[in-house]
Amino acid sequence: MSIIVSAIGQGLTWGVVGIGLFLTFRILDFPDMTVEGTFPMGAATCVAMIYRGFSPLVATIIAMLVGMIAGLVTGVLYTKGKIPVLLAGILVMTAAYSVNFRIMNRANLTLFNMPTLLKNHFLESLPPYFDSVVLGLVVVTIVTLLLIYFLQTHLGQAFIATGDNPTMARSLGISTDTMQIMGLSVSNGLIALGGGLVAQENGFADVNMGIGVIVVALASIIIGEVVFGDLTMNERLVAVTIGSVLYRFVILLVLQLGFNANDLNLLSAILLSIFMMIPAFEKRFRIRHTLSKGVDKP
Amino acid sequence: MTEPIFQLKNCTVTVNQGTPEQINILDDVNLDIFAGDFITVLGSNGAGKSTLFNVIGGDLPLSSGKILLHGKDITHMSVARRTKFLSRVFQDPKMGTAPRMTVAENLLLSLKRGESRGLAPRHLKQNMGKFKQITSTMENGLEDRLNTATGKLSGGQRQALSFLMATIKRPEILLLDEHTAALDPQTSQQLMTATNNKIKQEKLTCLMITHHLDDALEYGNRLIVMDSGKITSDFSNEEKQKLTKKQMLNFFTDIDG
Repeated sequence: MSIIVSAIGQGLTWGVVGIGLFLTFRILDFPDMTVEGTFPMGAATCVAMIYRGFSPLVATIIAMLVGMIAGLVTGVLYTKGKIPVLLAGILVMTAAYSVNFRIMNRANLTLFNMPTLLKNHFLESLPPYFDSVVLGLVVVTIVTLLLIYFLQTHLGQAFIATGDNPTMARSLGISTDTMQIMGLSVSNGLIALGGGLVAQENGFADVNMGIGVIVVALASIIIGEVVFGDLTMNERLVAVTIGSVLYRFVILLVLQLGFNANDLNLLSAILLSIFMMIPAFEKRFRIRHTLSKGVDKP
Repeated sequence: MTEPIFQLKNCTVTVNQGTPEQINILDDVNLDIFAGDFITVLGSNGAGKSTLFNVIGGDLPLSSGKILLHGKDITHMSVARRTKFLSRVFQDPKMGTAPRMTVAENLLLSLKRGESRGLAPRHLKQNMGKFKQITSTMENGLEDRLNTATGKLSGGQRQALSFLMATIKRPEILLLDEHTAALDPQTSQQLMTATNNKIKQEKLTCLMITHHLDDALEYGNRLIVMDSGKITSDFSNEEKQKLTKKQMLNFFTDIDG
């Protein structure tokens, strides 16, 4: 039982990371590798600040802002520096590794006996593992509601249009550069926020904890899409979090088969590949279906 | 007559500067556009029609020359800022609309053409009545598909939507870049009629590139002919009415009769 509750808690917290990636991967329609650097950056900033005596809430907010700055750098390199977005993300991700080392002054830092967002009377009074469920649910709900509001504003609509048809967006006077920088910044802010929360739940930050983040976040997005199919934009945001929880369940199942935690990246990659191929297979299957049955009678 | 609203003065665009392939794709073009002008632009491929539009729209910087709006120099004004007074319909139906957004959402975006967009709610529902009325003028069923993603529309509906988006907020200058060329003859004719009605009713100032001699003669009150980056003829309304298709054919080699 507790193992399932723990999976739900992780799924909700990682939902924030999935939603962050959704902004760039699905709305702006490009792959942003920065996330593998901003996730540990959020974790490192958060843990280092708590370590130095800042309150966990302040540390978490600053972690998010630091992530936003990293995303901003990627955005400027891409839009103003004309570096392809994939490479811009890899550059910032690579640089972030050194920055994260600097932030913590070492490769990893533990929050032993330190305050975190999880250490308050209410959350500590809950049964084991329910603390991260509640914290994850609160944060992911706030983030989802804010984004739903934002996407229905004039600015939000211009943001969506930029990803959908940049030529049209420009012809309507929308600065697509600004929209892309903003999207990358907010996206990486959310991913760093996720990193800060995960670090507090796990009780440590490590410079290597970013490896595979993009795969896990993508898996949440794709699983949500494959399971729910055609949805409105608002529903798609919620589907990401549900996809993130489902992903944790699948991983849980696979781990029961005798794999260990070191196999996780391999398993995540295989899982994501399978889910990404489902739409293609479905299409092929339907084509075969039509071929064997012939054209329907009028 | 009154002052022109928009002027091109000795506009030249040179490509491959300093190489043996150096060529002026726009060559010392002078053009005065007056309020209410509906100018059809004819020319064979590579004559400089699209270059002219890209220069007016700001997508292509001038090598030399000046662009004036109401007498004010806007030669270096950005594309984004020009959208305040300028709108454009492209030839490709895919270019003018956002495919994953609905028809109504696309129209809403175009209502704020050239304006800053803030964090105020978009108020889509409050505009639905207006959108319904405006789409019904196209007479192609667009008004029943306001909540449909644009990508699911037919090419004709999509292009009609692009045209509405370009005119829903009155532009001082409307650029139509062969906007009916990608459609089948009947749909093309339907959109051309709707276009003509709208331009006449609202007295819009418009430049329209076309490859159809018939359209060039039938629509508009002024006709310019381009060749090798130059404006070679500029017919007023009276001169244009006397022109015959046969005379026109002498100007070109590769135009659809």
